[in-house]
Amino acid sequence: MNVAAALIAVIGMVLVVWLGVGVLKLYTLFGVVIPYAAFLIFVLGLIWRMVNWAKSPVPFKITTTCGQQKSLSWIKHSRLESPANNFEVVLRMALEVLAFRSLFRNLRADLRGRRLYLGSSKWLWLGAILFHWSFLIILVRHMRLFSYPVPGFIQTLNAVDSFFHIGLPHLYLTDVTILAGLTFLLLRRLVDAKVNYISLASDYFPLFLILGLVISGMLMRYFLRVDIASVKELTLGLATLHPKVPKGIGLIFYVHIFFVSMLAAYFPFSKLVHMVGVFFSPTRNLPNDNRRVRHINPWWEGVPPKFLTYCEWQEKFKDKLIDSGQPIDEDCYKEKKS
Amino acid sequence: MYNRDKVIPGIIIFVLFVAFPIWWGHGKSVPPPNPELPKGKCVESKEYMRSQHMQLLNVWRNKAIREGMRIYVSSDGSRHWIGLQNGCMKCHHDKSKFCDRCHTYAAVQPYCWNCHIPPEMKKFKTPQPSFLLRLFKIPPKLKAVQASSEEAEHGEP
Repeated sequence: MNVAAALIAVIGMVLVVWLGVGVLKLYTLFGVVIPYAAFLIFVLGLIWRMVNWAKSPVPFKITTTCGQQKSLSWIKHSRLESPANNFEVVLRMALEVLAFRSLFRNLRADLRGRRLYLGSSKWLWLGAILFHWSFLIILVRHMRLFSYPVPGFIQTLNAVDSFFHIGLPHLYLTDVTILAGLTFLLLRRLVDAKVNYISLASDYFPLFLILGLVISGMLMRYFLRVDIASVKELTLGLATLHPKVPKGIGLIFYVHIFFVSMLAAYFPFSKLVHMVGVFFSPTRNLPNDNRRVRHINPWWEGVPPKFLTYCEWQEKFKDKLIDSGQPIDEDCYKEKKS
Repeated sequence: MYNRDKVIPGIIIFVLFVAFPIWWGHGKSVPPPNPELPKGKCVESKEYMRSQHMQLLNVWRNKAIREGMRIYVSSDGSRHWIGLQNGCMKCHHDKSKFCDRCHTYAAVQPYCWNCHIPPEMKKFKTPQPSFLLRLFKIPPKLKAVQASSEEAEHGEP
């Protein structure tokens, strides 16, 4: 059911483009207005997210650690597993973001007969790192369509990515790896009964959306060719704020740009926002220095919290305490009398 | 807002990163490429050539080099000699005014020229009148009255 809903939503998008561009010829709407609107939603939505998270107080220092913390000078502490200062936090965060270190510790638990087996499971890490790195390289590579003159490193990236010169236009290696990664991440949700049980439509939808994005892009590059010079005229027009829509770009391009617009607009309001959320994780972005630096709960800054003494509390719930036969502390009343 | 000193630089870096296409081009519009088209008809339609010429060239390369097949039958039934220097470049003489215009615009680096040599575009100097011509005030280019149409066809170098 969840899978079907997500799949229908993505197929519906193709139909929307077919209807809007193929039948109603709304080139400006699909080529200029929707991409601009989606980009604005993406940027403003993510800034709103960041400000919102930055406004949320962190009452406790809850760094997750799995190593020796810094204590006495002659005990070696684990700089990455239990960072003692901000520099070590940055190191750990960088490895988390770039190498998915915590995912690398992924374990599996299987019941075989009546015995529980725990073991290492690196497949999720492999699929995730294939997908995320491919996506990043593809995104950076696309900047050749949004910049003129094209920066040298983007051209170098292009040349490296198409290193094997397979076919013409050359097959990009990241196109293959992102398909492999996405296929794994999707099959994992479909095949593994435990993951399938906890998967919602909002888990399948981004997968199908990005899969549609990748497939439409690959179709456009390798099979249903479009004129790249006209495409760049449109994309460069968007980037230089002089939008115009050249004639004669195939429908597949509008499907591709509609998918990417929907992805950008959906981004800040979905689980995909983990892109910025990872930097706001209190378990990752705080040093483990609880024993040296006092963490003051931001709620207590300025405004002293109102405490109840035991006697005040007892007075508040006195009838309930008596009803349930709890002992009453008589000392409270003695002090009041004196 | 907590941790302003870290969150605000983070937001600025994020915005600069996603706005790269906008500040890189300074908002200046770039004219679309205009490759110089020779007169006559190409092997396939203009639209087909614009979007699919690289795939056609790949097929041509495989046919000519690997299969020794040098005749291409186009979709309208006409026959063409398969070749880059002896085919395409016969009409599209100048690589820099045809191929490179779009390729530079779209940042495409085709590897045709790893093996092929683009036709040399030699620029001839304008003829300088010799001493004798100057002495007798004879114009360096003699113009025949009837041949004015031929002159217009060749044009100035």
